[in-house]
Amino acid sequence: MKFSRLILANLFRKKTRLILTIGSFAVALFLFALLGVVNDAFSRGADVVSADRLVTINRTSIINTIPLSYRDEILRIPGVKYITHNNWFGGVYQDPKNFFPQFVIDPENQRQVFPELIVPDDQWNTFLKDRQGAIVGAATMLRFGWKIGDRIPITTTIYGLAGKPFEFNIDGVYHGEKPEDDETQFWFQWEYFKESVPNSIQGQVGWYVVRMANPDDAPRIAKAIDNMYMNSPYETKTETESAFAQGWVKQFGNIKFLILSIGTVVFFTLLLVTGNTMAISVRERTNELGVLKAIGFSDRIVLGFVLSESIVIALAGCVGLLLAVVCIPMVGRALAGLLPPLFVTAKTLAYGVIAAIAVGFASGILPAYGAMRLSVVSALRRV
Amino acid sequence: MIRVDGNGAAGSLIQVRGLDKTYRRGNEDIDVLQGLNLDVDKGDFVAFMGPSGSGKTTLLNLMGGLDVPTRGTISVAGDEITHMSRGKLTDWRARHVGFIFQMYNLIPVLTAFQNVELPLLLTKLSKAERRKHVEVALSIVGLGERLHHYPRQLSGGQEQRVAIARAIVADPTFLLCDEPTGDLDRKSADGVMELIRRLVNEHGKTVLMVTHDPLVALQANTTLHLDKGVLVGRVSQREALHEIQQTHSG
Repeated sequence: MKFSRLILANLFRKKTRLILTIGSFAVALFLFALLGVVNDAFSRGADVVSADRLVTINRTSIINTIPLSYRDEILRIPGVKYITHNNWFGGVYQDPKNFFPQFVIDPENQRQVFPELIVPDDQWNTFLKDRQGAIVGAATMLRFGWKIGDRIPITTTIYGLAGKPFEFNIDGVYHGEKPEDDETQFWFQWEYFKESVPNSIQGQVGWYVVRMANPDDAPRIAKAIDNMYMNSPYETKTETESAFAQGWVKQFGNIKFLILSIGTVVFFTLLLVTGNTMAISVRERTNELGVLKAIGFSDRIVLGFVLSESIVIALAGCVGLLLAVVCIPMVGRALAGLLPPLFVTAKTLAYGVIAAIAVGFASGILPAYGAMRLSVVSALRRV
Repeated sequence: MIRVDGNGAAGSLIQVRGLDKTYRRGNEDIDVLQGLNLDVDKGDFVAFMGPSGSGKTTLLNLMGGLDVPTRGTISVAGDEITHMSRGKLTDWRARHVGFIFQMYNLIPVLTAFQNVELPLLLTKLSKAERRKHVEVALSIVGLGERLHHYPRQLSGGQEQRVAIARAIVADPTFLLCDEPTGDLDRKSADGVMELIRRLVNEHGKTVLMVTHDPLVALQANTTLHLDKGVLVGRVSQREALHEIQQTHSG
């Protein structure tokens, strides 16, 4: 602590350079947080899924349907506790840019399979009695300023229903148990959907979600389901909800690799810029470092000074992370519906701080080592 | 008592024996100091004079533990410093040597107080104790009112006084002054030399000084002349004064 004044005095020696260097860190860390948030948004499905759930889809593709009759057969497999089914509705509310996911649900079992998405009982009971009822995620309610009791028209272009508007009554709102839970979905009744679609689709569901008594049974149950329908017209593919979510994200391309590549380039550039700045800073005060050594400051203390300076700059650059905490949710709200909820997690912040310290250390180590090895006599000769 | 014959008393504060320093430039060896012997007692004030390249500053650097000799030994207060490791030598310098440089070499981003405090940061003194020491050192050099001035706010003479305060604040065994007045006008130089003289007379400091200025060397008890790395002459204060008077009358 007694050296802190010297370290700070050296840092503030060239204020413009200090501000620009901290600014470089701040911009890089802001970008880091943004990339982290996008990555989180895409992989959140895989992160927040429950370990005790399986997803069964048509083996050919998720856009192909599977018979409703499978429900009771799957439910009889030992270890299966609950099963529910969903269909993708693909509707448009007023304008295609107002996207949010709408699911046809099985009201009897939805809450048993997804207990983390909480609907108050009174609202749920109203929904059960209302053929045109809908339960909407809190984020979507907020996005469109909807209230319970509002009547919402939605049209879909699939299932041969083009141009035919569906009217829904908002009977309730669900909230996620955790902040990362998806609160953008729109649920409505299977019966309402079934009576509107052509006969060929009436007995078909998009996918099943199975809740198991014991997550350890996942491989056995998945195998049992798929074996049951092997060589049938509707073969199935069953996997854990996590694997399903990861597969879904993969359809967007290798987001993680892309983000990692951009992040690596940004931090490598930052490393070079900061390293160069620190090298210039050390070269400018070679004589002063020589004086410090002459009066008894050890090589290690001198090394510590230079390293401390670069790490302090890096930590000051963490203001970029704070900016991200404030700004990214605003961006998220502006993009609501296009991406899952955007927010900076504590994990991203912690990684950001660690990355900043690592870059600060790496950019300072060579100049610091040079300062440490500096010969006093030759340093004193330099003016 | 200064001796240059290698037969000084065992109790001399500084003992230099058979000191050689050779630098290698390309394929050529350059002998900067050759077989130098020197004994300096506590409280002595020695000036080294000689032409450029005669080895004065190299000798000072070697005695201050800033450089290591090619051959020979240097002992200070019983510590043989020529074989100390780099780290031990740094510790030794902090405890025993006060440096005064020609260009003052203050840290420009620190105030006079903070510059003088630097050597004390390496000690176990508390903040309050450090403050007391710094105030005493700055009052000795007559800058007790300039604690919070930055070097750029001081004159050259005042900067050198701050550098002297920094050199004495940790109460070192001896002071090494490399051209302490080389960058000052005559008036400021006289003030600085008067101060160094007081440190010797009133505070019992041992001072080794390199200078080109005979008037400055006159302040020392003894002036040693170096030429091509060899001590070629020794002049007492009285002899030096006579020499200067002759130069001016001639």
